[in-house]
Amino acid sequence: MIRPRLETRETTPTWLRLALPLFAIAATLLICAGLVALAGADVLTAYRHLLLSAVSSRFDFVETLVKATPIAFTGLAVAVAFRAKFWNIGAEGQLLAGAMAAAFIGGRAGLPAWSLVPLMLAGGMAAGAAWALLPAMLKTRYKVDDVVTTLLLNFIMFYLMMALVDGPWKDPLSGYPDSPDIRMEAEFPILLAGTRLHLGVLLALLAAPLSWFLMSRTTLGFNIRAVGENPKAARYAGIKIPMVITATAAVSGALAGLAGVSEVGGIHFQVMAGLSPGYGYTGIVIATLALLHPLGVLPASFFFAVIITGAEAMSRATGVPVFLADVFQGVALICMLIAILFTRYRIRIQRFEAR
Amino acid sequence: MEIFGEILQVGFFAAVLRIATPLILATLGEMFTERGGVLNLGIEGIMLLAAMTGFTAAYFSGSLWLGILAAMLTGALAGLLMGVLTVTLGLSQHVSGIGTTLLCTGLAFFFYRLIFGQPSLPPNIEAFKTVPLPLLSAIPILGPILFNQFALVYGALLLVPLAALVLYDTPWGLNLRAVGENPRAADAAGVSVSRVRYQGLMLSGMLMGAGGAFLSMAQFNAFTFGVISGRGWVCIALVVFGQWSPWKCLGGALLFGFVDALQLRLQASGVIDIPYQLFLMLPFVLTIVLMALVSRSARPPAALLQPFRKEER
Repeated sequence: MIRPRLETRETTPTWLRLALPLFAIAATLLICAGLVALAGADVLTAYRHLLLSAVSSRFDFVETLVKATPIAFTGLAVAVAFRAKFWNIGAEGQLLAGAMAAAFIGGRAGLPAWSLVPLMLAGGMAAGAAWALLPAMLKTRYKVDDVVTTLLLNFIMFYLMMALVDGPWKDPLSGYPDSPDIRMEAEFPILLAGTRLHLGVLLALLAAPLSWFLMSRTTLGFNIRAVGENPKAARYAGIKIPMVITATAAVSGALAGLAGVSEVGGIHFQVMAGLSPGYGYTGIVIATLALLHPLGVLPASFFFAVIITGAEAMSRATGVPVFLADVFQGVALICMLIAILFTRYRIRIQRFEAR
Repeated sequence: MEIFGEILQVGFFAAVLRIATPLILATLGEMFTERGGVLNLGIEGIMLLAAMTGFTAAYFSGSLWLGILAAMLTGALAGLLMGVLTVTLGLSQHVSGIGTTLLCTGLAFFFYRLIFGQPSLPPNIEAFKTVPLPLLSAIPILGPILFNQFALVYGALLLVPLAALVLYDTPWGLNLRAVGENPRAADAAGVSVSRVRYQGLMLSGMLMGAGGAFLSMAQFNAFTFGVISGRGWVCIALVVFGQWSPWKCLGGALLFGFVDALQLRLQASGVIDIPYQLFLMLPFVLTIVLMALVSRSARPPAALLQPFRKEER
């Protein structure tokens, strides 16, 4: 008798860690092909647009880097938080908090021009961190479930922002519910003339190795991982869990806040309803595909930027609804979760003598 | 404050009940699966997808009840998916739930656009009408509040004692609570932990589906992308607030319905001149405050979030 059996693994080889996201993406493409066919489009044509249109020219490539920036930040935010099993589903709200802080600071007339960009970055990080500290405090002090609070705080922050842009911040010139533009001097410098490649892209590229350094080479990072892996053992080892959760939330929120600052300073120069089409939630998908490794967040966020931009081109060319990108994210997250099983288990085919 | 005298009329309390209905349905659903030890964070997406499938089925068949059936079937299938991920594969209930929500949300948007395109006016249906109950609806005050409602409102209210009965007084309810508290003991007693958990998840999906469909087929007469907008997440909080008990969950849903109805009336009255979004925010703030008050003393099912594998110890 032959029968497959799951066997626990002691260690996970590096090649497997690199291959698993690729398997998950391949499975996702296969599953979503069914939907594309259902929409009446030729799968190969649709997928050519989906996967290639975002990288088919130098300009498109740069635009995709720009698109990848906010989701790289939220991906890092989630990767840090989930390592401590602090379930921060609130990167969306923390992003908005950072964006609002940036729009507020960037529009101040009294500040010297040179100070605007640094102050926006600092203010946005502080605002994002503060919005993440609230659920962390509720968790450590009052045992309130972090999933629920971070989710609800997303809605609260969104309504708060809409109240501002529909009220005191309403742009008197446009009459639309969006905030006045930030000052010219507050706009992020462009790194490549003729494109939108702005300072935020560079910051995201730097934030990933810095987050990696924090997580793998510092005491805080060690404590974060210890709390996430085995809170009981961490407590015996003398780690103050509430302190670690609080610090994790602050780092995570600050990273998500940077996503908002970067969108305001580099792309929109204001805040409005459509500022984040769910970048916070995409961050969860990205962090999971990266196996919560900060450096893995960079390729993962680039890939999802390709999908998000490519879906629009695919929709224009073939009529497949643009929301395929949303389905894709859900399927990819689920496929990756299943793939992660293979970091802990391996399939062994065993022969049994029939008794 | 004569404004409150004007607001707190019969029509207001009828609205409280109407607003609470989808929350009662979905909260009871979430309560069932959590009692069995599985958190279903797919709730927000399941409600949205079911609101879409229910509306679409009703739109093309012309039968509202067929729509409700389609919505509940949608929910059951999503529950089945959650079962595969969290029960059979033992994956993180948190991330599986978020994945299910993202998937269901994407599917709802995708198929709605595929089926209806982008019309300038959203397609609508002849939504459910209120069904005044003979004699009972003539009772002063109580009649118009309780007995002149949608059939689904009656259904949701009747479901509360039924849920209590099932949970506390049937063998299945006993098994469900056993696998949620001590799966190893339940397993030793011959209960199939995974089967009961699957059943809990599918039941939860059906109730979430009915809750979502109520919004697109009774409360409103069309499907919109923002039709759920956080109500599912509120239900997760209401289960904690309701301490996993059907009657207390009803209390939580009614309290939320009260605050939501109140903010809607205050918005419409224009007495308090602040941006209307601050009113919309109010029920969410209240939910967090309630969570902070009760969470310390909350005692969730002991095996909640823990996968069960027979062969492991």
